[in-house]
Amino acid sequence: MTTSSSELELFRDTVRKFLADKVEPHYEKWEKAGIFPKELYLQLGEAGLLCVDQPEEYGGIGAPFEFSCVIVEEVARMGFLALASNLTVHSDIAAPYILHLGSEAQKRKYLPRMASGECIGAIGMTEPGAGSDLQGMKTSATPDGDDYLINGSKTFITNGQHAGVVVLATKTDPKAGAKGTTLFTVDTSLPGFKRGRNLDKIGLHAADTSELFFDNLRIGKDEVLGRLGGGFGHLIDELPRERLVLAVSAVAHAQGALEKTIEYVTTRKAFGQPIAAFQNTRFELAKIKTDIEVHRAYMEKCTALYAEGKMDVPTAAMIKLATTEMEGRVTDACLQLFGGYGYMTEYPISRYFIDARIQRIYGGTSEIMKEVIARALVGR
Amino acid sequence: MTAAQPIEAELTAWRDTVRRFLADEVAPHYEKWEKAGILPRELYLKLGAAGLLCVDAPDEYGGSGAPLEFAFAIHEESARLGYMSLCSNMMMHSDIVAPYILHLGSEAQRRKYLPRMASGECFGALAMTEPGAGSDLQAIRTTATPDGDGWRLNGSKIFITNGQHCGVVIVAAKTDPKAGARGTSLFLVDADLPGFKRGRNLDKIGMHAADTSELFFDNVPLAPDSLLGRTGGGFGHLIDELPRERLMLAVAAVAHAEGALERTVEYVTTRKAFGAPVASFQNTRFELAKIKTDIEIHRAYYEKCRALYAQGKLGVTEAAIIKLATSEMEGRVVDACLQLFGGYGYMSEYPISRYWTDARIQRIYGGSNEIMKEVIARSLVGR
Repeated sequence: MTTSSSELELFRDTVRKFLADKVEPHYEKWEKAGIFPKELYLQLGEAGLLCVDQPEEYGGIGAPFEFSCVIVEEVARMGFLALASNLTVHSDIAAPYILHLGSEAQKRKYLPRMASGECIGAIGMTEPGAGSDLQGMKTSATPDGDDYLINGSKTFITNGQHAGVVVLATKTDPKAGAKGTTLFTVDTSLPGFKRGRNLDKIGLHAADTSELFFDNLRIGKDEVLGRLGGGFGHLIDELPRERLVLAVSAVAHAQGALEKTIEYVTTRKAFGQPIAAFQNTRFELAKIKTDIEVHRAYMEKCTALYAEGKMDVPTAAMIKLATTEMEGRVTDACLQLFGGYGYMTEYPISRYFIDARIQRIYGGTSEIMKEVIARALVGR
Repeated sequence: MTAAQPIEAELTAWRDTVRRFLADEVAPHYEKWEKAGILPRELYLKLGAAGLLCVDAPDEYGGSGAPLEFAFAIHEESARLGYMSLCSNMMMHSDIVAPYILHLGSEAQRRKYLPRMASGECFGALAMTEPGAGSDLQAIRTTATPDGDGWRLNGSKIFITNGQHCGVVIVAAKTDPKAGARGTSLFLVDADLPGFKRGRNLDKIGMHAADTSELFFDNVPLAPDSLLGRTGGGFGHLIDELPRERLMLAVAAVAHAEGALERTVEYVTTRKAFGAPVASFQNTRFELAKIKTDIEIHRAYYEKCRALYAQGKLGVTEAAIIKLATSEMEGRVVDACLQLFGGYGYMSEYPISRYWTDARIQRIYGGSNEIMKEVIARSLVGR
């Protein structure tokens, strides 16, 4: 927290400039293609925008956590939520798992190449039959000599098409329930790894989301990430950061939607006057602004708590629940103020709306957040 | 509405016919059409051959002179199954454009268009909205300037449902630019006239198969008999037809919400999480209960309005209330339903995702809900 705010603002400018030069001109094309080009990750790496809070020895720049948040904020604010989502999974979820849990060899193997954009990270938790219910996962890692053989499948995997490494949740002891869960770093060049379809979604089009298949994939013990059987605990340890980063994107995304809406209602006329002159518009904007600001305050408080290592699981659940629900309300209300244009793909506000819908679902659904919060209040 | 019993039986049989048509001719292809961003022209011919277009138009004009409920049943079934694009295009054709011609057209105009509309050979569109005039119809800039016995049409329209396939478009144009609302007239414009140009099929976030286009008119020559209704009477005609249009949107909204609930019930009773069906969790049960209640009270109001309309008594205010209320309900319901599908709800291959994206336009078109509120407020406190 010693960073001066001027450094942070300087960095914000760098991010904005990168987005204006390298992302904005191509974003619609990528949305249509349903995926980002691999080169974008290399460009991001070269610009120093990947894994920024990783230590320098592993290719990062050792920046405070806020710098990583600034990237997500700017990307989300501009309405590039598919990119925000892919970057978050790579820099703020996959990389921290490896940094926090990996052996020195794993860190050296993956992190520098993740910071450069050569190796893209994904998290393989969700399975077709086990969404929110992680204990229901069936992907198995069976000991075989000095190695493990991994079998099973995962779904809804962000970065699945491009991933060079997958932090994979498996069952090493199917009888031990949660305690039988183990994480692996899976190099996707290994035989037995197969990428499924890039799933067609209603929004977040450029964020590739895939099924992944593991067919007798042989992997060494040195790729176990963290403790054998400790997977479930590791997942829970990392969830606060994941949820906080989603909250950062939710607030910034709502803020961006408001900015685009203000621009529209002050220029678009109806019945001989700017739409902004109508009381309904003014009151809607006021409600939206208020909704954003109270959530921003809670987000900032949580960011500070996280930086001090003090953010607990229920707090992370509250910030994720509250901000994504707010984002849903805000993007819906903003779209409405655009009238028919709001439904047209060429108006970015339409994308804010469809992209925002997934935020109440992934990273733990709002229902799971409520359960987590309720447990803290009244137990199981 | 007197012979309730026989009509009920006939209506049930009719509903089966509609369902069978949708199962045979629509379900196998719908995803492909959504990807293509348009419905094939042949579909309209098939709909016509099956007697599903303009069903309440009189026999002499190619319809089957059926009571209005039969037209409603078509939209209910297609919306319930989640084919909102189809529902919207058919509604525009059969229940907006055809009634305009039936109610306002001369005998010659009716004979020229209605039989070919009922057969699906000629598809109808309604062109009111302009780039600079959405809800504000008085700001229309398209002009029809007198030229000999007829007019010359110039201007452009946007967000025109059926714009790509239409054979005839009812165009709202200014015949007297100085007369404000009273200077607006309606014209039947054939799409093969010189100077008529279709613009892009606009890319939307949902309703993908419902083609939505810009239309351009560059000095299009309009014959004397192309005027629909009275000169300068366009605004009044539009207002006269709005209750039916808004009631239709309400039918679709209620049925669409019901369809979303049916799909959700199916999903939550089969999908398991934490070792139990999703339907066994209290949150799921209470959400479903709220959704069902929300639908039922709106269905009751819709049925009441439908009966009023059949008696010629549905007023502008009630039409605004039903459109506002049902489309807002639909938005709430599809959002809550999608949520119960978890991650699958966001995937295009799960139809619930389409219920959600399609529903979003219902609060906007046919008069945005802000306009509905203004209409309702006027009835309470004046202008």
